[in-house]
Parts: sequence; structure tokens; C-alpha cells
Amino acid sequence: MSKNNGSSRAYRIFSIVVLILLALLFLFPLYWILTGALKPPAAINSPTPQWWPKEFTLRNFQALFSRRSAPLFQLGSLSGPTVPGAIRWLINTVFMAVMAMILTCLTAAMAGYALAKKRFTGRFILFSLIVAAMALPKQVILIPLIREMSSLGLYDNIWAVIFPTVGWPFGVFLMKQFAEGIPGEMLEAARIDGAGEAMTFTNIVYPMIKPGVGALAIFTFISSWNDYFMQLIMLTSSNNLTISLGIATMQAENSTDYGLIMAGAALAAVPIIIVFLIFQKYFTKGITMGAVKG
Amino acid sequence: MTKTMSPRLRRQENISGYLFLLPSLVFFLGFVIYPMAMCIWTSFTDANMNSNTADRFIGFANYVELWQDPVFLKALVNTIIIVVVSVPVVCIFSLWVASAIYRMKEGPLSFFRVVFYLPVVTGSVAVTVVWKWMYNNYYGIFNYLLKGAGVIDKNINWLGDPKYALACIIIILLTTSVGQPIVLYVSALSNVDQSLVEAAEVDGATNTQVFWRIKWPQIMPTTLYILIITTINSFQCFALIQLLTSGGPNYATETVMYYIYYTAFKLYRFGYGNAMGVILAIFIAALSAVQFRLAKED
Repeated sequence: MSKNNGSSRAYRIFSIVVLILLALLFLFPLYWILTGALKPPAAINSPTPQWWPKEFTLRNFQALFSRRSAPLFQLGSLSGPTVPGAIRWLINTVFMAVMAMILTCLTAAMAGYALAKKRFTGRFILFSLIVAAMALPKQVILIPLIREMSSLGLYDNIWAVIFPTVGWPFGVFLMKQFAEGIPGEMLEAARIDGAGEAMTFTNIVYPMIKPGVGALAIFTFISSWNDYFMQLIMLTSSNNLTISLGIATMQAENSTDYGLIMAGAALAAVPIIIVFLIFQKYFTKGITMGAVKG
Repeated sequence: MTKTMSPRLRRQENISGYLFLLPSLVFFLGFVIYPMAMCIWTSFTDANMNSNTADRFIGFANYVELWQDPVFLKALVNTIIIVVVSVPVVCIFSLWVASAIYRMKEGPLSFFRVVFYLPVVTGSVAVTVVWKWMYNNYYGIFNYLLKGAGVIDKNINWLGDPKYALACIIIILLTTSVGQPIVLYVSALSNVDQSLVEAAEVDGATNTQVFWRIKWPQIMPTTLYILIITTINSFQCFALIQLLTSGGPNYATETVMYYIYYTAFKLYRFGYGNAMGVILAIFIAALSAVQFRLAKED
């Protein structure tokens, strides 16, 4: 060991320097969004970049919020107070991500438990189907999905984005991994004590897979928020857009007003980054547990 | 649980098992399996926008047409280039970063993990629009920096030039692809059996030897998983193309995924688009199978 101490020390310093440089490169786009959103047009449309804004302005956000307005929400004939369109997009996005998260966690926790602990007929076939579906790209089914949603009357409706997200079998797979860890004796004991299936699930199974549910919840929330593709193919009318889709549409309309577009990008990215930073630990766990071992 | 079950217990297990599965199955069968089946079926029909006429079965006509469609062939070549470049780069880059950070203390470790994951969380739209600005012909920082360094002498229209457009897309794709592999490698490397590593070090093995002989075989399953998810991700590269180049200039950045979208939304040829979807799925399945075999042989 002692003979290569010098070179290994030099390598460690080298690798830390490279890591820090890479980290700066990876942080730069976000920095450029946030500072760009606060720069006046003169600074944005200058061939010489202003690395740090000389002058801060909120006019990009004012422009973003003074674009077309929309009701805050619509429930049947009832509609909320009028707000800037971007706020409506944000509300739509939160609704979509929360619903996808709740439905996914609920259905996947139950299904994962059944797959891990119940010895029902067809269990192997079903599990193979789930793994096979996971290995296929979900985007290739876009055309059949659009037609299916149209015939269900859900096209251009936020539920058309939510349902396929809930159907994606990753959550079931993840929950199965967690539920495998429940000792069979505990379930046996509950049965002997006369606990029904529902009670066993809520009192014994759920507390044991709770960390997994947490991981799945945050994972689903973030991936649903950012699933631009599904949002793009399903939603069309201005009031129904999500924030990502709204910014993309805005970009197509005023492709040169980078200040406005950066303000929109900041509005789309900052909330989800904050959520990510808060629940980062659960998230990492979800990714690692979901990986197929062996 | 008991291996042999009485018929009564078995029936009970069946009923309760399927009751727990039911809610999930409704969504899985309804919005994943059913569309997949429809994708295969309609690829053999002339399905289009007109919902009044039933889809007419036309056999393999769509598939035959695909191989004579220059845009599809160009899209296929571009997609393969994206996969062939990005998969090895993502794997090597993330393995290097992970091995450099996995023994750090919790604080710096989390910091680096978060930083490399950030482009994924930021979302494809926000990431893409800021890169579009950075690549811009007049106001972009790349032209400014490269001109300042003397690499180029006049501004380059990065996304508008067929020579550079695909490379520009791949660079963005790379920054949004390494987050998850790094998290996975960090976890795999910290689970490597430490006693084996120590034993080898006592025997005088160098760091390189320890890595290839002991760590590499143990992280093989993770590598395989990363290869497969990165392959699927690269094949699905879409948002970047739709927002930056729409497949242009002159089909230089056309990918299969973007062409499927274009066929569905601009040409309204659903059957034809689905045939492409089936081909894409077959490609991905075949590649995953090959990677699986190679990894198993190692």
C-alpha cells in the first residue's frame, strides 16, 4: 500500500477537481435559467453574456403572468376566480401529479403485496407480463392510447395523462420487492388471530412497506410532473395544459423572447426541484430498490 | 407459507389475491396491455383519422413500405447513432463519478448525487429551452466562448447545421441521462463485499486489479440494468428533438420516436405509425437480450 500512496493521493486530488468542475457544468443550465429569468432584454439579447446580471428585473415574470388568463379551476359549471394562465397550468400540474401519486401508491401497494405473498393461480404469468411490459418503451403505444382516450371521451382531459401513469407496472414491481420482506409468520399469526384480509393489510402489511410507499410516492410525483411526452399527446386546449406543456407552447409562439421563456422554465422547474431536495433520500431509495437484482 | 394447501384455503388465496390485484390490473390491462395489443393489431391495418370507416386489414403492407421510406431509414440510422454513442458514454461516465464519490461522507456524497440528478428533475422542457438559448446563433454562450478561445472564427448555427445538430442533441441527452446510473452505481459499489477487497489489498493487489477482479463482477447486475435502461431512454429520445429541431435540418435529427409522433399528428397515418412502434419495440427487446447474454457470459 505504502508504495503507491503518493500517486493515489495525486489521483484523489485530481478526481475531486474534475468532479467539482463537472458539478459546475451540470449546475450551469439551472443557473442560466434562474438568472436569465431576472435579466432585462438588453442583457439577454446581447452577444456578450452577462455571467452575473448587472441589473435585476421582474418584467419577465410580469410578462408571463399578464399573458392570457384562465379560471383557477373548473368543476362542471362551477369555475374559480380568474388567474394568469401560467398559474392555472401550475394548478393542473399539481393536480395531475398528486392524483397519479395517490392512485399509483394505493393500487401498487395492494398489488405488490398480493404478488409477493399470495399464492394464487396465474401468479407467475402475471408477474412475467409485468416485467416484460416494463422492458418495453411506453412511448410506442402513443397512437393506440390516443384513440382509446378519444373513444372514452377523455382526450384533452388531465385524466388521460393520469391513467396510463397509474397503469405503468414499475410501482407494482417496486412494491413487490418491499413486500417480499414481510415475514410469513406475521401474516400467519394475524390469520390465526382472526384478522380479516383488509385488517391484515392495513395493520400489518402497510406499516412494513411504508418506506417503499414513500419512495414510490415521490418517484411517481416527480416523473409524472416531468412526463412531457404524455402531456403533449393528450392535452390540447390552453386551459388544460400543464406547466411544461404551457412553456413549450409559449416557446413555439415567441421563440426569441428568451427572458420570458426562462421565467416560464423557472416556474416549471423550481417547485419540482424543491420537492426533490426535500424528499431526496426516499427518492434515491426508490431508484435503487427498483433496479432488478441479478 | 405452507406448501400444500387445502382446496378451501387455495380458493381463499385465489379470491383474496385477485381482489388485491384488481384495482392495479384495471389500469395495467386497460392502459398498458390493451394499447400494446392494439398497437400490434393496427400495424397490420390502414387505420387513420377517419373513425367512421373500420380499419382495413392490409397484411404486411405497412412494414414493406417502411423499408422503402427514406425518412424512416434516416430516422433509424440517427436513432442507432444516438444509442451507440450515448450508452457507453453514460455507463463509463457514471461509473467513474460513482467510484469517485461513493466513499465520501454523507454530505458531499448527497451533494454530488443531487447535482448530477438535477437535469432530470428540472424537466425536459426547462432543460431544453435553456440549451436552445445556449446554442443560439447570436446570443448563445457557446459561440461566445469558442470564439473567445479561438476555436471558431465565425458564429455557428449549431442546431441549424446538419453537421452539428445531432451531436448537439446527444450532448443534452447525456446530461439528462447520467443521474440515475450514478445513484445505482453508488449503491452497488457500497454493497461490494469489503472483506474480499481487504484480502486482495493484503495480498498486494493494485487498485486497478481490485477493481477489475473483485468490484467489477459484483456490480455486473447493476451494469446490466443500467445498459438496458439507458438503451430504452436513448431510443425514446423525443422531447429534445420536438422542441429544438423538429427532426431537421433536412432530417439530420429525425429519430424513430419523433417520426412516429409526426406520422400520427401530421400525417394521421395511425397504422403506419404503429408499424414503426412495433419495429422500435423489437429493436429494443433484441438489444436488451443481447446485452443480457453478453453480461451473463462475462
